[in-house]
Amino acid sequence: MSEEFKVEIVNPERSFLVKEDVSEVVVPAFEGEMGILKDHISIISFLKPGIIKILSKSGDENYYVEDGIVEFKNNNLSILTSSIFNLTDLDKSKQQDLLKLAEEEASNPEINDQSRYLVDQKIEVLRSLN
Amino acid sequence: MASLDDLKKRIASVKSTQKITKAMKMVAAAKLRKAQESAEKGRPYSEKMNNIILNLSSGISDKENAPKLLSGSGNDKVHLCVVMTSDRGLCGGFNSNIIKKAKSYFAKLAEDGKDLKIITVGSKGNDQLKRAYDDKIIVNISFKESKHANYFDAEKVGKMVIEKFGAEEFDVCTIFYNQFKNVITQIPQAQQIIPLNVENSEEDKSEDSYEFEPDEDEILSNLLPKNISTQIFKAMLENSASEQGSRMSAMDNATRNAGEMVDKLTIEYNRSRQAAITKELIEIISGAESL
Repeated sequence: MSEEFKVEIVNPERSFLVKEDVSEVVVPAFEGEMGILKDHISIISFLKPGIIKILSKSGDENYYVEDGIVEFKNNNLSILTSSIFNLTDLDKSKQQDLLKLAEEEASNPEINDQSRYLVDQKIEVLRSLN
Repeated sequence: MASLDDLKKRIASVKSTQKITKAMKMVAAAKLRKAQESAEKGRPYSEKMNNIILNLSSGISDKENAPKLLSGSGNDKVHLCVVMTSDRGLCGGFNSNIIKKAKSYFAKLAEDGKDLKIITVGSKGNDQLKRAYDDKIIVNISFKESKHANYFDAEKVGKMVIEKFGAEEFDVCTIFYNQFKNVITQIPQAQQIIPLNVENSEEDKSEDSYEFEPDEDEILSNLLPKNISTQIFKAMLENSASEQGSRMSAMDNATRNAGEMVDKLTIEYNRSRQAAITKELIEIISGAESL
């Protein structure tokens, strides 16, 4: 019996990634990292900025996301996100751009606690990539 | 009767117009393919989003404390209408269809004694609504710089709508756009996004309950604003496909009409040329006879 399930990542513009032979996905859920294996209970959760790790037979992949929603149901994992980047495509200059954007947002004194938490997360993750 | 020279000039000018409309048709056809593609590619996202929200809202226990974006502000007084049109003209009935739909909705609102606020997206709609509803238009947004409908633009509109809802500037929000059916048919749509219409869809009502992390309310209150941007984005994609489709068929018609006109003018030109020749011949013959 295979221990694989299907993962689908969609962003508003297109279906970003569909993979059928995934053995484990680690997502940066709002309340901490969450690893999802086959036959996980149905779950809906949020993402905070972080790295999605997709482990599969055909190789591991890492993606950087800034926000999103995950839904797992009947061994189908759907990740909806508006900003996702493949780590192998994310070069230094792009990282710097994102970091700058995040820092600008963080310097705005009017944002609420939740967005501040998210922005701080973003900066932390982006810094750790360098 | 117009002189030969005039006719010649007119034929030439109609022909050059025909060239332009033909080129525009080709361009629209190429753009249509792209717009249609992205409209199709964007569908999974909005569908999935819708599904999750349906699942969530059917599972929500406490209807009273549901987020306002879902349940509404409790009033039904001020209506905000987001009218989405194109930035460029020459696309047949595309813009006027949306405007017509919107205007009949406005008239109904006025009849029911509701207040009206309008946000126009796209300069053409603003131009047409300015005359009758200038005092109602609160914001006019135009995305002339962006080549394609993109999510960031939609998010801008969405954020603005949510901000205004948060400030209790309106109770109900409806968006107007053209749904793309095929190249010749686009259906003007009015879709209510706040409060969200949770239709009891016939889809399989999943029996198995979800685990939520964090709790349902928090997810829902985070998801709903996203859903609004997503719906607006969907409307933008549909709109841009419709615009190109509408332009394509309008330009196709124009090209055909120009062709007919050239044919008619050519016949007229040939006739008057022949008449002139005949006249000259008669003059020569009668001149020769009189000798």
